[in-house]
Amino acid sequence: MTTTVPERTDRGPLTTDELAARIARDIPAGSYVNLGIGQPTRIAEHLSPDAGIVLHTENGMLGMGPAATGDEVDTDLTNAGKVPVTELPGAAYFHHADSFAMMRGGHLDVCVLGAFQVSHHGDLANWHTGDPDAIPAVGGAMDLAVGARRVLVMMKLFTRDGAPKLVPACTYPLTGPGCVHRVYTDYGVFAVGPDGVRVLETYGITVAELEERLSVGVLT
Amino acid sequence: MTTTIAATTDEAVTGIEDGSTVLVGGFGLAGMPFDLVDALIRQGATDLTVVSNNAGNGDVGLAALLKAGRVRKVICSFPRQSDSYVFDDLYRAGRVDLEVVPQGTLAERMRAAGAGIGAFYSPVGVGTPLAEGKETREIDGRVHVLEYPIRGDVALISAHRADTMGNLVYRKTARNFGPVMATAATTVVAQVTDIVPAGKIDPETVVTPGIHIDRLVRAEARRLTVQGAR
Repeated sequence: MTTTVPERTDRGPLTTDELAARIARDIPAGSYVNLGIGQPTRIAEHLSPDAGIVLHTENGMLGMGPAATGDEVDTDLTNAGKVPVTELPGAAYFHHADSFAMMRGGHLDVCVLGAFQVSHHGDLANWHTGDPDAIPAVGGAMDLAVGARRVLVMMKLFTRDGAPKLVPACTYPLTGPGCVHRVYTDYGVFAVGPDGVRVLETYGITVAELEERLSVGVLT
Repeated sequence: MTTTIAATTDEAVTGIEDGSTVLVGGFGLAGMPFDLVDALIRQGATDLTVVSNNAGNGDVGLAALLKAGRVRKVICSFPRQSDSYVFDDLYRAGRVDLEVVPQGTLAERMRAAGAGIGAFYSPVGVGTPLAEGKETREIDGRVHVLEYPIRGDVALISAHRADTMGNLVYRKTARNFGPVMATAATTVVAQVTDIVPAGKIDPETVVTPGIHIDRLVRAEARRLTVQGAR
Protein backbone atom coordinates (compact mmCIF):
# COMPACT_ATOMS: atom_id res chain seq x y z
CA MET A 1 0.00 0.00 0.00
CA THR A 2 1.31 3.47 -0.80
CA THR A 3 1.40 5.70 2.17
CA THR A 4 0.44 9.35 2.21
CA VAL A 5 1.58 9.78 5.79
CA PRO A 6 3.96 12.75 6.13
CA GLU A 7 7.36 11.29 7.04
CA ARG A 8 9.68 13.90 8.49
CA THR A 9 12.92 12.01 7.98
CA ASP A 10 14.82 15.25 7.36
CA ARG A 11 14.97 15.73 11.10
CA GLY A 12 15.24 13.73 14.33
CA PRO A 13 12.45 12.85 16.72
CA LEU A 14 10.59 15.71 18.43
CA THR A 15 12.01 17.19 21.62
CA THR A 16 9.65 17.47 24.58
CA ASP A 17 9.08 21.15 23.83
CA GLU A 18 8.42 20.46 20.15
CA LEU A 19 6.00 17.72 21.14
CA ALA A 20 4.21 20.09 23.52
CA ALA A 21 3.94 22.64 20.71
CA ARG A 22 2.67 19.96 18.31
CA ILE A 23 -0.12 18.97 20.72
CA ALA A 24 -0.99 22.62 21.37
CA ARG A 25 -1.69 23.03 17.64
CA ASP A 26 -4.38 20.31 17.82
CA ILE A 27 -6.28 21.84 20.73
CA PRO A 28 -9.25 23.73 19.27
CA ALA A 29 -9.74 27.39 20.11
CA GLY A 30 -12.28 27.93 22.85
CA SER A 31 -11.74 24.50 24.46
CA TYR A 32 -11.89 23.73 28.16
CA VAL A 33 -8.74 21.68 28.74
CA ASN A 34 -7.08 19.72 31.55
CA LEU A 35 -3.34 19.22 31.19
CA GLY A 36 -2.05 16.27 33.22
CA ILE A 37 0.76 16.46 35.70
CA GLY A 38 4.30 16.31 34.37
CA GLN A 39 5.13 16.86 30.71
CA PRO A 40 1.59 17.77 29.53
CA THR A 41 1.80 20.85 31.77
CA ARG A 42 4.31 22.27 29.28
CA ILE A 43 1.66 22.43 26.54
CA ALA A 44 0.26 25.53 28.27
CA GLU A 45 3.36 27.50 27.20
CA HIS A 46 2.48 26.84 23.56
CA LEU A 47 -1.23 27.74 23.59
CA SER A 48 -1.95 30.99 21.81
CA PRO A 49 -3.46 33.56 24.18
CA ASP A 50 -5.83 34.49 21.34
CA ALA A 51 -7.29 30.96 21.20
CA GLY A 52 -9.38 31.54 24.33
CA ILE A 53 -8.51 28.12 25.77
CA VAL A 54 -9.49 27.75 29.42
CA LEU A 55 -7.42 25.48 31.65
CA HIS A 56 -9.07 23.30 34.28
CA THR A 57 -7.22 21.96 37.28
CA GLU A 58 -8.97 19.15 39.12
CA ASN A 59 -8.29 20.61 42.55
CA GLY A 60 -11.01 23.12 41.83
CA MET A 61 -10.31 25.85 39.31
CA LEU A 62 -11.06 27.03 35.78
CA GLY A 63 -8.98 29.81 34.30
CA MET A 64 -5.66 28.67 35.70
CA GLY A 65 -2.72 30.85 34.73
CA PRO A 66 1.02 30.14 34.52
CA ALA A 67 3.16 28.98 37.46
CA ALA A 68 3.53 31.60 40.18
CA THR A 69 6.92 33.18 40.80
CA GLY A 70 8.26 35.37 43.59
CA ASP A 71 5.57 37.40 45.32
CA GLU A 72 2.83 35.73 43.28
CA VAL A 73 3.24 32.46 45.22
CA ASP A 74 0.12 31.83 47.29
CA THR A 75 -0.02 28.49 49.08
CA ASP A 76 -3.81 28.43 48.74
CA LEU A 77 -3.49 28.45 44.94
CA THR A 78 -1.85 25.41 43.39
CA ASN A 79 -2.31 23.16 40.40
CA ALA A 80 -2.97 19.41 40.59
CA GLY A 81 0.79 18.84 40.92
CA LYS A 82 0.71 21.10 44.01
CA VAL A 83 2.84 23.67 42.21
CA PRO A 84 1.84 27.28 43.02
CA VAL A 85 0.05 28.85 40.04
CA THR A 86 -1.76 32.08 39.18
CA GLU A 87 -5.34 32.92 38.27
CA LEU A 88 -6.39 34.58 35.03
CA PRO A 89 -9.21 37.13 34.69
CA GLY A 90 -12.47 35.18 34.58
CA ALA A 91 -11.19 32.33 36.77
CA ALA A 92 -13.62 30.34 38.91
CA TYR A 93 -13.12 28.17 42.00
CA PHE A 94 -15.24 25.18 43.01
CA HIS A 95 -15.01 22.21 45.33
CA HIS A 96 -13.75 18.75 44.49
CA ALA A 97 -17.10 17.05 43.90
CA ASP A 98 -18.07 19.80 41.44
CA SER A 99 -14.68 19.66 39.77
CA PHE A 100 -15.01 15.95 39.07
CA ALA A 101 -18.69 16.18 38.18
CA MET A 102 -17.57 18.65 35.52
CA MET A 103 -15.13 16.04 34.26
CA ARG A 104 -17.33 12.95 34.54
CA GLY A 105 -20.31 14.84 33.15
CA GLY A 106 -18.53 15.36 29.82
CA HIS A 107 -18.10 19.12 30.10
CA LEU A 108 -14.33 19.10 29.60
CA ASP A 109 -13.41 19.17 25.90
CA VAL A 110 -9.88 17.81 26.04
CA CYS A 111 -7.43 16.30 28.49
CA VAL A 112 -3.81 15.44 27.83
CA LEU A 113 -2.28 12.71 29.95
CA GLY A 114 1.08 10.98 30.24
CA ALA A 115 1.17 7.19 29.90
CA PHE A 116 3.18 4.08 30.67
CA GLN A 117 1.38 2.24 27.87
CA VAL A 118 -1.42 2.82 25.38
CA SER A 119 -2.97 -0.05 23.44
CA HIS A 120 -3.82 0.07 19.76
CA HIS A 121 -7.47 0.14 20.80
CA GLY A 122 -7.04 3.11 23.08
CA ASP A 123 -6.70 1.41 26.46
CA LEU A 124 -4.67 3.59 28.82
CA ALA A 125 -2.25 2.48 31.55
CA ASN A 126 -0.70 5.38 33.42
CA TRP A 127 -1.14 4.88 37.16
CA HIS A 128 0.53 1.68 38.30
CA THR A 129 3.34 -0.48 36.99
CA GLY A 130 1.95 -3.52 38.78
CA ASP A 131 5.25 -3.81 40.66
CA PRO A 132 4.33 -5.47 43.99
CA ASP A 133 6.61 -3.04 45.87
CA ALA A 134 5.02 0.02 44.31
CA ILE A 135 2.51 1.96 46.39
CA PRO A 136 -0.60 2.31 44.22
CA ALA A 137 -1.72 5.91 43.68
CA VAL A 138 -4.30 6.88 41.08
CA GLY A 139 -5.19 10.51 41.79
CA GLY A 140 -7.59 11.86 39.19
CA ALA A 141 -6.24 9.84 36.26
CA MET A 142 -9.18 7.44 35.95
CA ASP A 143 -11.73 10.22 36.26
CA LEU A 144 -9.99 12.24 33.54
CA ALA A 145 -9.55 9.26 31.23
CA VAL A 146 -13.24 8.41 31.40
CA GLY A 147 -14.65 11.91 31.70
CA ALA A 148 -12.95 14.16 29.17
CA ARG A 149 -14.59 14.16 25.74
CA ARG A 150 -11.30 13.80 23.96
CA VAL A 151 -8.31 12.11 25.61
CA LEU A 152 -4.87 12.79 24.17
CA VAL A 153 -1.71 11.07 25.37
CA MET A 154 1.73 12.69 25.39
CA MET A 155 4.57 10.23 25.83
CA LYS A 156 7.84 8.92 24.48
CA LEU A 157 7.18 6.11 22.01
CA PHE A 158 9.80 3.80 23.50
CA THR A 159 11.02 3.03 27.01
CA ARG A 160 14.68 3.55 27.90
CA ASP A 161 15.19 -0.11 27.00
CA GLY A 162 13.66 0.46 23.55
CA ALA A 163 10.40 -1.37 24.22
CA PRO A 164 7.35 0.21 22.54
CA LYS A 165 4.85 1.92 24.82
CA LEU A 166 2.21 1.75 22.09
CA VAL A 167 1.28 -1.92 22.37
CA PRO A 168 -1.29 -4.45 21.11
CA ALA A 169 -2.53 -4.89 24.71
CA CYS A 170 -1.41 -3.16 27.90
CA THR A 171 0.53 -5.33 30.33
CA TYR A 172 0.24 -2.77 33.13
CA PRO A 173 -3.03 -2.36 35.08
CA LEU A 174 -5.46 -0.16 33.16
CA THR A 175 -6.48 3.38 33.98
CA GLY A 176 -9.36 3.14 31.54
CA PRO A 177 -10.31 0.87 28.63
CA GLY A 178 -10.75 2.33 25.14
CA CYS A 179 -10.55 5.93 26.32
CA VAL A 180 -7.61 7.36 24.32
CA HIS A 181 -8.22 9.05 20.97
CA ARG A 182 -4.77 10.16 19.94
CA VAL A 183 -1.19 9.45 20.98
CA TYR A 184 1.48 12.11 20.49
CA THR A 185 5.04 10.85 20.70
CA ASP A 186 8.56 11.93 19.83
CA TYR A 187 8.54 9.65 16.74
CA GLY A 188 5.03 10.18 15.49
CA VAL A 189 1.35 10.90 16.04
CA PHE A 190 -1.11 8.00 16.14
CA ALA A 191 -4.87 7.60 16.08
CA VAL A 192 -6.05 4.72 18.27
CA GLY A 193 -9.50 3.28 18.86
CA PRO A 194 -11.90 0.45 18.07
CA ASP A 195 -10.44 0.11 14.54
CA GLY A 196 -6.88 -0.20 15.82
CA VAL A 197 -3.86 2.03 15.36
CA ARG A 198 -3.01 4.35 12.44
CA VAL A 199 0.03 6.56 12.11
CA LEU A 200 -0.74 10.14 11.10
CA GLU A 201 2.77 11.60 10.82
CA THR A 202 6.31 10.60 11.73
CA TYR A 203 9.44 12.40 12.94
CA GLY A 204 12.94 11.10 12.33
CA ILE A 205 11.70 7.69 11.23
CA THR A 206 9.86 6.17 8.27
CA VAL A 207 6.52 4.43 8.50
CA ALA A 208 8.20 1.17 7.47
CA GLU A 209 10.76 1.49 10.28
CA LEU A 210 7.99 2.28 12.74
CA GLU A 211 6.02 -0.80 11.69
CA GLU A 212 9.09 -2.89 12.35
CA ARG A 213 9.94 -1.33 15.72
CA LEU A 214 6.33 -1.50 16.89
CA SER A 215 5.88 -5.01 15.47
CA VAL A 216 2.62 -4.10 13.77
CA GLY A 217 1.51 -5.16 10.31
CA VAL A 218 0.31 -1.99 8.65
CA LEU A 219 0.14 1.37 10.34
CA THR A 220 -1.63 3.37 7.66
CA MET B 1 -27.64 21.82 66.07
CA THR B 2 -26.23 25.30 65.78
CA THR B 3 -22.52 25.93 65.60
CA THR B 4 -20.46 26.30 68.76
CA ILE B 5 -17.25 28.31 68.83
CA ALA B 6 -14.40 26.60 70.65
CA ALA B 7 -11.84 28.67 72.50
CA THR B 8 -8.98 26.34 71.59
CA THR B 9 -8.26 23.65 69.03
CA ASP B 10 -8.01 21.15 71.91
CA GLU B 11 -11.57 21.99 72.92
CA ALA B 12 -12.64 21.69 69.27
CA VAL B 13 -11.55 18.05 69.02
CA THR B 14 -12.86 16.70 72.33
CA GLY B 15 -14.81 13.48 72.26
CA ILE B 16 -13.23 11.91 69.17
CA GLU B 17 -13.24 8.20 69.94
CA ASP B 18 -10.78 5.44 69.16
CA GLY B 19 -11.70 3.64 65.94
CA SER B 20 -13.37 6.70 64.42
CA THR B 21 -13.44 7.46 60.71
CA VAL B 22 -11.99 10.95 60.32
CA LEU B 23 -12.33 12.96 57.11
CA VAL B 24 -9.36 15.30 56.79
CA GLY B 25 -9.60 18.16 54.30
CA GLY B 26 -6.85 19.42 52.05
CA PHE B 27 -5.18 18.67 48.77
CA GLY B 28 -1.55 18.22 49.68
CA LEU B 29 -1.02 21.10 52.08
CA ALA B 30 -3.58 23.54 50.63
CA GLY B 31 -6.63 23.40 52.88
CA MET B 32 -5.03 20.99 55.34
CA PRO B 33 -6.42 21.68 58.86
CA PHE B 34 -2.98 21.54 60.50
CA ASP B 35 -4.02 22.88 63.89
CA LEU B 36 -6.95 20.50 64.24
CA VAL B 37 -4.79 17.53 63.28
CA ASP B 38 -2.16 18.60 65.83
CA ALA B 39 -4.93 18.86 68.43
CA LEU B 40 -6.17 15.39 67.47
CA ILE B 41 -2.67 14.04 68.09
CA ARG B 42 -2.70 15.61 71.57
CA GLN B 43 -6.25 14.36 72.16
CA GLY B 44 -4.99 10.83 71.72
CA ALA B 45 -7.67 9.01 69.67
CA THR B 46 -6.15 6.01 67.92
CA ASP B 47 -7.01 3.14 65.57
CA LEU B 48 -8.40 5.78 63.21
CA THR B 49 -9.50 5.41 59.61
CA VAL B 50 -8.46 8.58 57.83
CA VAL B 51 -10.10 9.71 54.60
CA SER B 52 -8.12 12.37 52.75
CA ASN B 53 -6.87 12.98 49.22
CA ASN B 54 -3.26 12.28 50.15
CA ALA B 55 -1.47 10.39 52.91
CA GLY B 56 0.55 13.23 54.38
CA ASN B 57 3.39 15.45 53.29
CA GLY B 58 6.69 15.89 55.12
CA ASP B 59 6.30 15.64 58.90
CA VAL B 60 3.31 17.95 59.33
CA GLY B 61 -0.47 17.58 59.43
CA LEU B 62 -1.64 14.14 58.40
CA ALA B 63 1.95 12.88 58.23
CA ALA B 64 2.39 13.77 61.91
CA LEU B 65 -0.80 11.87 62.81
CA LEU B 66 0.48 8.84 60.90
CA LYS B 67 3.90 9.15 62.53
CA ALA B 68 2.23 9.16 65.96
CA GLY B 69 0.84 5.71 65.12
CA ARG B 70 -2.81 6.69 65.37
CA VAL B 71 -3.96 5.57 61.94
CA ARG B 72 -5.08 2.04 61.12
CA LYS B 73 -6.25 2.71 57.60
CA VAL B 74 -5.98 5.43 54.98
CA ILE B 75 -8.62 5.87 52.27
CA CYS B 76 -7.22 8.24 49.65
CA SER B 77 -6.58 8.80 45.95
CA PHE B 78 -2.88 9.58 45.92
CA PRO B 79 -0.71 8.38 48.81
CA ARG B 80 2.61 8.29 46.95
CA GLN B 81 4.30 11.65 46.73
CA SER B 82 7.82 13.01 46.76
CA ASP B 83 7.55 13.74 50.48
CA SER B 84 5.15 11.05 51.74
CA TYR B 85 7.99 9.14 53.43
CA VAL B 86 6.11 8.73 56.72
CA PHE B 87 3.23 6.92 55.02
CA ASP B 88 5.55 5.00 52.66
CA ASP B 89 7.53 3.51 55.56
CA LEU B 90 4.40 2.56 57.55
CA TYR B 91 2.78 1.00 54.47
CA ARG B 92 5.86 -1.01 53.52
CA ALA B 93 6.15 -2.20 57.14
CA GLY B 94 2.52 -3.38 56.97
CA ARG B 95 1.51 -1.01 59.76
CA VAL B 96 -1.21 0.85 57.86
CA ASP B 97 -3.92 -0.35 55.49
CA LEU B 98 -4.61 1.48 52.25
CA GLU B 99 -7.72 1.81 50.09
CA VAL B 100 -7.01 3.70 46.87
CA VAL B 101 -10.05 5.42 45.34
CA PRO B 102 -10.16 7.51 42.15
CA GLN B 103 -10.14 11.15 43.21
CA GLY B 104 -13.55 12.06 41.83
CA THR B 105 -15.09 8.89 43.22
CA LEU B 106 -13.62 9.72 46.62
CA ALA B 107 -15.27 13.15 46.50
CA GLU B 108 -18.56 11.78 45.17
CA ARG B 109 -18.73 8.99 47.77
CA MET B 110 -18.52 11.63 50.48
CA ARG B 111 -20.99 13.85 48.64
CA ALA B 112 -23.38 10.90 48.50
CA ALA B 113 -23.03 10.36 52.25
CA GLY B 114 -23.82 14.00 52.88
CA ALA B 115 -26.72 14.03 50.44
CA GLY B 116 -28.45 10.90 51.71
CA ILE B 117 -27.76 8.87 48.58
CA GLY B 118 -27.62 5.11 49.18
CA ALA B 119 -25.06 4.38 46.43
CA PHE B 120 -24.39 5.49 42.87
CA TYR B 121 -23.20 4.08 39.56
CA SER B 122 -20.10 5.66 38.00
CA PRO B 123 -18.21 4.83 34.80
CA VAL B 124 -14.89 5.65 36.47
CA GLY B 125 -12.65 2.68 37.25
CA VAL B 126 -14.54 0.16 35.11
CA GLY B 127 -12.13 -2.35 33.60
CA THR B 128 -9.42 -1.51 36.15
CA PRO B 129 -8.22 -3.21 39.34
CA LEU B 130 -10.07 -0.59 41.41
CA ALA B 131 -13.45 -1.93 40.26
CA GLU B 132 -12.65 -5.57 40.93
CA GLY B 133 -15.32 -7.31 42.97
CA LYS B 134 -17.73 -4.40 42.67
CA GLU B 135 -21.22 -4.65 41.26
CA THR B 136 -21.55 -3.31 37.71
CA ARG B 137 -24.47 -2.37 35.50
CA GLU B 138 -24.75 -1.29 31.89
CA ILE B 139 -26.60 1.99 31.58
CA ASP B 140 -27.17 3.56 28.14
CA GLY B 141 -24.62 1.19 26.63
CA ARG B 142 -21.90 2.08 29.08
CA VAL B 143 -20.72 -0.08 31.98
CA HIS B 144 -20.87 1.57 35.40
CA VAL B 145 -19.61 0.43 38.78
CA LEU B 146 -21.61 0.70 42.01
CA GLU B 147 -19.97 2.93 44.61
CA TYR B 148 -21.08 3.31 48.22
CA PRO B 149 -20.96 6.45 50.36
CA ILE B 150 -18.08 7.23 52.70
CA ARG B 151 -19.37 8.70 55.93
CA GLY B 152 -17.17 10.13 58.66
CA ASP B 153 -17.67 10.15 62.40
CA VAL B 154 -15.70 13.37 62.35
CA ALA B 155 -14.56 15.80 59.66
CA LEU B 156 -11.66 18.17 60.25
CA ILE B 157 -11.55 20.93 57.65
CA SER B 158 -9.96 24.30 57.10
CA ALA B 159 -11.69 27.34 55.63
CA HIS B 160 -10.80 30.99 55.23
CA ARG B 161 -13.46 32.86 57.17
CA ALA B 162 -16.57 32.01 59.16
CA ASP B 163 -19.34 33.98 60.74
CA THR B 164 -20.72 33.11 64.15
CA MET B 165 -23.47 31.04 62.48
CA GLY B 166 -20.80 28.73 61.05
CA ASN B 167 -21.22 29.90 57.47
CA LEU B 168 -17.93 29.41 55.66
CA VAL B 169 -16.05 30.94 52.78
CA TYR B 170 -12.88 29.41 51.44
CA ARG B 171 -9.85 30.78 49.66
CA LYS B 172 -8.82 29.77 46.11
CA THR B 173 -7.92 26.09 45.61
CA ALA B 174 -7.73 25.54 49.39
CA ARG B 175 -11.49 24.97 49.09
CA ASN B 176 -10.96 21.50 47.55
CA PHE B 177 -12.55 18.78 49.74
CA GLY B 178 -13.76 21.09 52.54
CA PRO B 179 -17.34 21.74 51.37
CA VAL B 180 -17.92 18.05 50.62
CA MET B 181 -16.46 16.73 53.87
CA ALA B 182 -18.48 19.32 55.79
CA THR B 183 -21.65 17.51 54.73
CA ALA B 184 -20.44 13.95 55.27
CA ALA B 185 -19.61 13.53 58.96
CA THR B 186 -21.52 13.32 62.22
CA THR B 187 -19.35 15.96 63.85
CA VAL B 188 -17.78 18.62 61.65
CA VAL B 189 -15.01 20.82 62.98
CA ALA B 190 -13.70 23.77 60.96
CA GLN B 191 -10.63 25.86 61.63
CA VAL B 192 -10.71 29.33 60.12
CA THR B 193 -8.40 32.33 60.17
CA ASP B 194 -11.17 34.71 61.16
CA ILE B 195 -14.64 34.55 62.78
CA VAL B 196 -16.85 37.56 62.06
CA PRO B 197 -20.28 38.49 63.45
CA ALA B 198 -23.38 37.05 61.75
CA GLY B 199 -24.33 39.31 58.86
CA LYS B 200 -20.74 40.21 57.98
CA ILE B 201 -20.49 37.55 55.28
CA ASP B 202 -22.63 38.27 52.23
CA PRO B 203 -25.15 35.37 52.19
CA GLU B 204 -24.71 35.16 48.41
CA THR B 205 -21.06 34.23 48.84
CA VAL B 206 -21.44 31.54 51.53
CA VAL B 207 -19.99 28.26 50.26
CA THR B 208 -20.69 26.00 53.24
CA PRO B 209 -23.87 26.94 55.14
CA GLY B 210 -23.52 26.82 58.92
CA ILE B 211 -25.99 23.93 59.26
CA HIS B 212 -23.07 21.63 58.40
CA ILE B 213 -20.61 23.01 60.94
CA ASP B 214 -20.72 21.80 64.55
CA ARG B 215 -17.60 23.39 65.95
CA LEU B 216 -15.58 26.36 64.85
CA VAL B 217 -12.17 27.47 66.03
CA ARG B 218 -9.86 30.27 65.01
CA ALA B 219 -6.31 29.39 63.99
CA GLU B 220 -3.61 31.24 62.12
CA ALA B 221 -3.13 30.23 58.50
CA ARG B 222 0.02 28.23 57.84
CA ARG B 223 1.59 28.88 54.50
CA LEU B 224 3.27 25.67 53.46
CA THR B 225 3.96 24.35 49.98
CA VAL B 226 5.06 21.08 48.55
CA GLN B 227 6.01 20.29 45.00
CA GLY B 228 6.17 17.18 42.91
CA ALA B 229 3.05 15.62 44.34
CA ARG B 230 -0.52 15.30 43.14
